[in-house]
Amino acid sequence: MRFAETGVNLEIDLTRGSIEKEETDPKLTELYLGGHGTNTKLLWDRVPPEVAPFSPDNLLIFGTGLLCGTPVPAANRTTVSTISPPTYLSAYPVMGGFWGPELKYAGYDKVIIRGKSPTWVYLWINNNKVEIRDASHLVGKGVRDTIELIKQELKQDRAQVACIGPAGENRVVMSSIETGKASASKGAGAIMGDKRLKAIAVRGTKDIVVARPAELFDYCTKMMNRWRERPEYRGRFSLSKGDVEEYESFHLNNFAWGNARERIRDYWNDERRKEWREAFQKYVSGRVGCYNCPSACVDVINYPGVPTYFLKCWSVHGYWMASKLDIDFELKMCGISHDYGLDSWSTPLVIAFALELYDAGILTDRDMAGMPADTAGRFEWILDRIVRREGIGDVLANGTYWAAREIGKGAEVYDHNSIKRLEQHPIKLGMLNYTYYLMWTTNEKAAITQIEGSYPQMPRPTREDREQFVRNWAEAPNERLKQHYLDWELRGHETVEAACEITDWNETMRYVDDALGLCSYWGGFGGQIGQRQPYHIHSIPKVVSLATGMAMDEAELWRIAHRNRTLLRAVNVRRGLRRADEQVPEDHYKHRDPAMETKLLDEYYRFKGWNNDGIPDRALDEYGLDQVREDLKRRGIL
Amino acid sequence: MRTIKRIKIDIDKCVGCRACEQACSSFHAVPGYSSNNPDRARIRVYRDEPRSMYVPVFAGNHTQAECNGRNTYTIGGKEYSECLFCRASCSSRDWFKEPDSGLPLKCDMCETDPPLATPTCVQWCPNDALTYEEVQEEGEEEEKPGEMETGLEELIRKYGLKAVIGTVARMSKGETVGREKRTI
Repeated sequence: MRFAETGVNLEIDLTRGSIEKEETDPKLTELYLGGHGTNTKLLWDRVPPEVAPFSPDNLLIFGTGLLCGTPVPAANRTTVSTISPPTYLSAYPVMGGFWGPELKYAGYDKVIIRGKSPTWVYLWINNNKVEIRDASHLVGKGVRDTIELIKQELKQDRAQVACIGPAGENRVVMSSIETGKASASKGAGAIMGDKRLKAIAVRGTKDIVVARPAELFDYCTKMMNRWRERPEYRGRFSLSKGDVEEYESFHLNNFAWGNARERIRDYWNDERRKEWREAFQKYVSGRVGCYNCPSACVDVINYPGVPTYFLKCWSVHGYWMASKLDIDFELKMCGISHDYGLDSWSTPLVIAFALELYDAGILTDRDMAGMPADTAGRFEWILDRIVRREGIGDVLANGTYWAAREIGKGAEVYDHNSIKRLEQHPIKLGMLNYTYYLMWTTNEKAAITQIEGSYPQMPRPTREDREQFVRNWAEAPNERLKQHYLDWELRGHETVEAACEITDWNETMRYVDDALGLCSYWGGFGGQIGQRQPYHIHSIPKVVSLATGMAMDEAELWRIAHRNRTLLRAVNVRRGLRRADEQVPEDHYKHRDPAMETKLLDEYYRFKGWNNDGIPDRALDEYGLDQVREDLKRRGIL
Repeated sequence: MRTIKRIKIDIDKCVGCRACEQACSSFHAVPGYSSNNPDRARIRVYRDEPRSMYVPVFAGNHTQAECNGRNTYTIGGKEYSECLFCRASCSSRDWFKEPDSGLPLKCDMCETDPPLATPTCVQWCPNDALTYEEVQEEGEEEEKPGEMETGLEELIRKYGLKAVIGTVARMSKGETVGREKRTI
């Protein structure tokens, strides 16, 4: 009997057109849980380092979190693992919504795609019946139409569809996999396009069984009741909610505009607030959430002439800040970009980079023949070229790093915001910040917000405030982290030791969330909010135990998350990742501190059980990854 | 006076998360909570995401006949089939039927012994889109048919009273029924 999971993976070979159902080894669940954890194990076992992103041998793995489909609230996320086209490392974007639970109810934990289809197809998973179907009529269709057309032709209103838009079809490396409201970015869409897989539609009406059902149900009922008692949580993190508006203004005032160039410290004022509120009043028609989660934190945007779309998080700033225009332009561009199936984090930065090259004379009128004169028009024009890979768009579609090298003529200098070949959040700072330095440089997730979370981003101003916060800080894993926070003065540095522990905590909680399918807004992110959030290192083990029947405690969960982290590191190290790659762009900090930066990496590697080149060493023994050690040894890496 | 149980549905508060479906299916599983499967739920949320319109619909009576027409509602300029908001478990669609057997499902207000304070879906609805109330109404408390009565009624409807009586009489004599010999 398998609890919480189905114990079956769907193996699809698109080259041969074969469909197989493989029973999985329960031992792997004990070692890696599910989702991102077991995905990474598959990458390690089956994707050797010589496999290029656009090789038929690259896998595209849709791995539902271990708790998806159980009564556990906000457990609905699916990790998409593959080798990323721009970075050549493992990308593991995570998407919420309804797709993952539906797959579980259809009887599968993962869909593993390999090979390349000779013609465009989509996959239709209807419980036991799985078909590879013709998708030629869907080619070129946007995300919204694709989802609707598939549901109509299958006559399945309740089917959940994950698909790519034209950007993914054309292997634009910024393309994402879209489910309507949630998406998986980091180039996963390009891999799906390379495999000529337009969509995966799922419908499931089977049971998911948990180990201690009555106790788990009772626990979850109480969690839902606690939620009801905190009305301030409703729509939490949705952009149209007032307090988030204040929070978002932090990004506008402190992040860099254009091609990650300048900060506008006093951007936010009454007038902007008015514009923000008016825009949301005008275009937001409601909120939508994910399966079995009451947050409903995604805003539904209806911008005239643009297909309805779902907006969340940093997306609201991408085009706005890259173009230096306004919220209105943002909401329009975001809609266009979503329907093309483009990641709205990377794409605006690629366009801003291109426009800078044009201003510098590196890209000329010949490259840009037909481009309008105004900024808004230019953004739309370039976006269109990228999606269709026309002219200069064909170069830009490979992302900033590769485009800069292909264009040459000094364009590389303008690629000043990439880490590990991926566009990062446009953040340019004055002084080195220890924890953030480690998060920026060492995490392969790239785009820092994907690992930030558990530890607060700023200290509360006075020691009394911090003491007050710490009193209710059930999320902190231990007393040391509480002490680090108490000692953290505004504009002061934490110790190197503290920076290591904080980075580790942030990262670990994300690995827990991504293996279990928990939304980080309920989990990893909750640490910085405090006040006893639903999921943290002390509460999650019980949930896992009740759902899966595994004996689980804090130490074991912590250990599994670190095992998953180490294994992912090994996947990437085998693909060539080394210390030299773990560097922030030169202008990331105005005042660099090379000695401290070296010390931070030295200490952090040591802390993680990696050698001084960032290769897992002691960690392999700690987490029982002997086979990984043998493999790395055989390859001369260790 | 009689007690009327009522779940009030406020679609303006519903966020379409389907927690109610999840909880309902779990509560009604046999044995209790033994499985999770929204398609076994006696509530279903109709979701129109682009318009953020979410309508929880509770399973009502089973009906053998389809409606004669297929009417539509136009809401805010968009046309919806009335079937999307209908409570019936009927032959025109796959709603409110056990996925394995196809047997109809019906909301029973989670009536258990001892009774719950509120039905499970209401307990789970985190945004108060579903609320519960009991009101007193004029009239006699209706005696509800027991499980066996409901079952027999169905059998009588299908085979006729005579055939049912005949079968029961035969079985009570210990005659063979199917492959197994049973004594009632």
